[in-house]
This record gives sequence, C-alpha cells and structure tokens, in this order.
Amino acid sequence: MQIAKVVGDVVATRKDENLTGLKLLILQPLTPEGEPVGRTLVAVDAAGAGVGERVFFVRGKEASFPFYPMEAPVDAGIVGIVDHWDLG
Amino acid sequence: MQIARVIGTVVATQKHAKFDGAKLLLVQPIGIDDAPRGPALLAIDGVGAGVHEKVLVVLEGRAAGEALGKKAAPVDAAIIGIIDQVDVHGDL
Repeated sequence: MQIAKVVGDVVATRKDENLTGLKLLILQPLTPEGEPVGRTLVAVDAAGAGVGERVFFVRGKEASFPFYPMEAPVDAGIVGIVDHWDLG
Repeated sequence: MQIARVIGTVVATQKHAKFDGAKLLLVQPIGIDDAPRGPALLAIDGVGAGVHEKVLVVLEGRAAGEALGKKAAPVDAAIIGIIDQVDVHGDL
C-alpha cells in the first residue's frame, strides 16, 4: 500500500458495467514526509474518502476485493483514510 | 520478498473492515548496503515489528492476506519477518 492525497474525482458515464456505482478518485502519492511523489493515478474508493483527505491505497487485483462478488476491473483502490502518521 | 526498514507508524480509524485489528507500518525498502531503494510503502505487520527494525516484506496480495490471517483482504504488502542478520558471500 501507499499513502496518497485525494486531489480530484472522475466522472465517467459510459463505462464497464462492473464499475457501476463505484466512486473514482484521483490520487497523488506522497512520501513519508508528505511531499508529492510519482504520477497521479485513478483509484476506486472502498473507504468513503473525499477530496483533500490523506488515504492509503492498494495496488493490483486486490483493489477489487472490497466489491466481491462483483468483479470490478480496477488496479488501484482506496482502503483507508489516514488520521495521522508518525516517523520514528 | 524485499528487505526494508520500518520508518513510521500509521493510524487510520476509517478503513476497510478487513483491516480491523491490523497494524500498519511505513517501510522503506533498502538494498543490502542499507541504502534506500524506491518509494516507501505501507505494510501490514504480521510479526510485531517496530520502528527502526530491519524486516522482510512480501509484496504480493495473497501472501500479504495470509499474513493478515484473512482471505480476500485488499492488501498488497505485509511484514512477515524481523531480520537479525544478512550475510553476503562473495562479490556482487
């Protein structure tokens, strides 16, 4: 998983039927120091996240597991909203 | 699997139900020279690791889910061991 900031959302009317009802958000991955790193990506939301929040997301087919038995064709999914993190 | 250093702890109240009771740690993958390699990751802790420890991280969904003890968990990284020592024999 990785920490990211939700920086936007995506609306797509015409899409795979297994995406129906799913919320798509734009993520900017963050470094442990909270700085943007790498490319933005689109992730499906399984945690009730919103724009501006810090979240963590999972990559790969595991991103579709929260929507089982629906087989959502996704490769990234938000699975938690971060309250805070501490560096040792 | 990947060698990494635990660099932080993460608190998340609102998360997918499969994460209930799971400990989340920030880990920085490192080379055998202990230098950072690539971006930091968030991993489930399956072994009771702590900050600053050198750990063994699995980066695959099924294995990570087993570390969590739950099937079909939406996870892709888990700490599955605390490394005591790494020995490299010969030239790299």
